[in-house]
Parts: sequence; structure tokens; C-alpha cells
Amino acid sequence: MIIGDLKNTDEILDSIDDAKKVLVMGCRGCVTICQVGGEKEVALLASQLRIGDKARGRNREIIELTIERQCDAEFIEPILGKVKEVDKVLSLACGIGVQYVSDLGLPTPVVPGINTTFLGVNLDTGLWKERCQACGDCVLEITGGICPIARCSKSLLNGPCGGSADGKCEIDPDVECAWQLIHDRLKALGKLENIERVIPARSWATSRDGGPRTRIREDLRSISREEG
Amino acid sequence: MSDNGYKSGSNLEKIFAMGEFAVTGECGPPKGSDVSVVKKKAEHLKGYVDAVNVTDNQTAIVRMSSIAASKILLDMGLEPVMQMTCRDRNRIAIQSDVFGASALGIKNMLCLSGDHQKFGNHPGAKNVYCLDSIQLINTIKTLRDEGKVMCGDEVEGETKMFIGAAANPFGDPFEFRVSRLAKKVEAGVDFIQTQCIYNMDKFKRWMKEVVDRGLHEKCKIMAGITPLKSLGMARYMAKNVSGIEVPEEIIARMKAAPKGKKAEEGIKIAVEQIQEVREMEGVAGVHLMAIEWEAKVPEIIKAAGLYPRPSPSA
Repeated sequence: MIIGDLKNTDEILDSIDDAKKVLVMGCRGCVTICQVGGEKEVALLASQLRIGDKARGRNREIIELTIERQCDAEFIEPILGKVKEVDKVLSLACGIGVQYVSDLGLPTPVVPGINTTFLGVNLDTGLWKERCQACGDCVLEITGGICPIARCSKSLLNGPCGGSADGKCEIDPDVECAWQLIHDRLKALGKLENIERVIPARSWATSRDGGPRTRIREDLRSISREEG
Repeated sequence: MSDNGYKSGSNLEKIFAMGEFAVTGECGPPKGSDVSVVKKKAEHLKGYVDAVNVTDNQTAIVRMSSIAASKILLDMGLEPVMQMTCRDRNRIAIQSDVFGASALGIKNMLCLSGDHQKFGNHPGAKNVYCLDSIQLINTIKTLRDEGKVMCGDEVEGETKMFIGAAANPFGDPFEFRVSRLAKKVEAGVDFIQTQCIYNMDKFKRWMKEVVDRGLHEKCKIMAGITPLKSLGMARYMAKNVSGIEVPEEIIARMKAAPKGKKAEEGIKIAVEQIQEVREMEGVAGVHLMAIEWEAKVPEIIKAAGLYPRPSPSA
């Protein structure tokens, strides 16, 4: 899922300083699961903003609303009226949700309340780790289900580098060396031969390096046209 | 391959071809454009080593480019080994810079992953890693032997590089370290310089497996030696430098050396290490990294019985 972190309060306050009526908008997707942008977090942030406003003798309206998904027209269309009523939307969705609402062509500016950090998993209460960079050319079948692109600090395809020590990465003793993990997993699977030959240079064109990515599924588009 | 049978015709390649035990040194460029720093270091090394590694923004600290500093060495009559990391350049910049280096007369290079930028003075830099060090080796071999860039386009002129890489016998997982060397050999490496060796027993175990797999016959292995200047340096290397192991007995020797004699003891250890690796099957040379201590290189090389250096005929 997509993981996010709440922006610091000063940054949020700066971004909505000129607004007299603010809609704090949450999303019930990934950001609810990682407890940064769901209904509860919207209520908490809205209340903090109201308290802050009161302390500074400021009187403005802070509205709360959480929808199913901010990246889907189906859920946004019914609430367009509410968006039009405010001066600013403070979105607690990931960057995708923020942009989706911004792109609707409404005069209301949409500002982010969270930083979208990575695609990862929840390993324990309050602990998330990155697992995928959406690079567009998955090698997990070779590397025993451990991604060297997302999990090696240098995205090496022929690791580990000389900086791997005691299973940890040279950049930080708390970061696991992905190539130690890959080695150990493949050894356990009896598949070490997967990494004993040189893995050739890959094309990064499928990744963000190739420019913004678009996916067109003609099969689905033609069905949609038929159903018209 | 060129007419004379050499891949690059570099002095280092010729020394190996003569069957001589090779010696390389190291020169870290300045944090700026002060040519005198390069010249001063180079003067200490001249005549005592067969080639000099020129580091490429080592520990991710911005320095004079390896290509420029290599050219300064060439002009002084020293042979450079231009280091190149995958951290700062994509495949376009790498191949372009190698053409440029070759055009300037640089004939050896060392292909490295590079220290992560987190260690350096620009931790907010973007890291590239368009290629890794093994893919870089293969890229240079293709340029040299097939006259083609990665995409398959023909290159104009020759790119005669003697291709080196690093190996760290002390990195983990230890059991995969020789396999990783084998991958570098498969990719086309000509010579290897190891990480600084202090744990001689572990190096011996690594070297035995290298020889058992016949890898020493496919590339030249140079043992990395770094003389210790002080007890503090020994402790620092043991604790803070990733991929370096300093056994307790080395620390104890440095500790036991009387005040004012620590550096002397460090040099003594280095000379002993050189003599020890020289006896090992499969070791074809030493890479002496006297970090900010280039002035001591002549003394170490002489004490190790490696002076004068042979001069290959053209």
C-alpha cells in the first residue's frame, strides 16, 4: 500500500493561511490503513487547527469529510458541491488523491496535508517498510521475492556490494542488506544459481526514468465503449 | 586486441605480462582545483609504483574529478588508474567519460559501485546506479573488445582500457564473496584490487577459494594494504569503515608500540603484510593505499624489497 507521513503543523498552517473556509478531506484507502489520512486523523487535525485558530484569535470554518477514495471519480463527484463551498481543500490523501481532486478543474485549490513516502508494508504496530518502487520490470522471480531495486540502497542487480556487514547495509545499521536477504532466501530455496551469473544491465525506461507512465488496456477500453 | 597483443598497453598490464609482482598506489584528489595537491602526492609515488589509482569522489565527498587528476598524473609521467563509480553517472555519462579518458591517454580504470552519498558532504544528492559495478565492467569490455556502446552502436576509434574492479573479502555474506568475484571475471575484469587487509587469516581463506576456482588465472589479484598511522586510525578503521576488519592482535600491536613509534610500527606491519601476501598463491601484486601518507610509500616499497620497479619495454 501507499504509505504517508503527516506534514509538520507549521507547513500545514502556512499552506492554508489565506483560506477562510477549509475542507480537511480524508481518504478511506491506503492512508486510512497506515493511520495518517483517514476519518480519525481528519478529525484530529481539524480539531488541532480549530484550537490553533482560536489561540490566535482567528475565526474560520474548518469542515471535515472523508470519502472512500480520492483517486476515483465515482467517489468524488457526489462531494463536488462541498469542495466548491470552501476556499481550500487540505487533503490527507496520498499525492495521487491530491492531484486527482486538483485536476477536476474546480477553482478551489487543493493542498497536501501529508508527504507520500513509499510503497510498503505494515510489519508491526507503527512500523512500515518500503517494498516496491513500481519500476515496471519485476525481478522478484529471480531474487527469491526480495526486491533489490527498492530494498538495496544502490538498487544493485548484482549485489551485495562491499558495504554489506553482518546482514546490514553500509548506510545504516538499522537497514537490512537486501542482498544478504536475497542470498539467504535463495540458499534456502536451493536456487543460489539465480545470482551466480551476471544479471545484465536493465532498461530503466519502464521506470519513472522513461517519463510519466501511462497504461492503456485496449481490451477494457473496447468493452467500455461497447457498453457505452 | 591491439597489434602488440596487449588489451590496453598500459604499464600495469605489461608488468603483469612480464610476470612481475605489481605495485599500485593511490592518490585522492583535492577538494577543489588545487593542482599542487595532486602534484605533491604524485611526486612521492613517482618511480615507486607501477600505476596510481585516482579516486572518484571517495566517501561521496566532492573532489576534483578523477579524469582531470588522472590527466595531471599522466603529464607528470605517472600512470593513472582512473576510478569510476556508478553512483554519480548514468550509462550515457559513463561511456562518454570513458571515451574522454581514453582520448586523454588514460589506459587503466577501476569499476566501482561507489560509497553511498549518505556518507558524504551532499547526502541530499540523487543516486544514479543506472549500472552496477559488474555491469560497468561489461560495458567497458564491450567498448574495448567489440567497439560498441551498450545500445550496439559502433564507436569511433579505440577505447583501450585495462579493466579493474574491487573485491572485498571481508564483506558479507562471506560465502558469496568469491562467487561475486567470479561474476566480475565473467563480466570481463582484468585485475582486482582488494579492500584493505588486516585480517590475514580470512584473506587466506578467501584467496584459497579464489585459487581453487581458478579465478587467479583469469584476472590478476592485487592485495590491498593500508599502513596504520596511529592507534586511533586502527580503532577508527575497525569501527567506522564499512567492509574493513581489524583484528584485535593488530590493535594490540599498535597499542604496545611506544609513544612516538606508533607510525613506525604501522609501517612495519604493512611491510610484513606485503611480504605475507607475496608468498600466497594467486596474489599478483599489492595495492598500497597510504591514505594521506603518500610520503611513506618509498620507504614501505623499499623495505618490502619491491624497489626498483621494473620498466617494461614498449
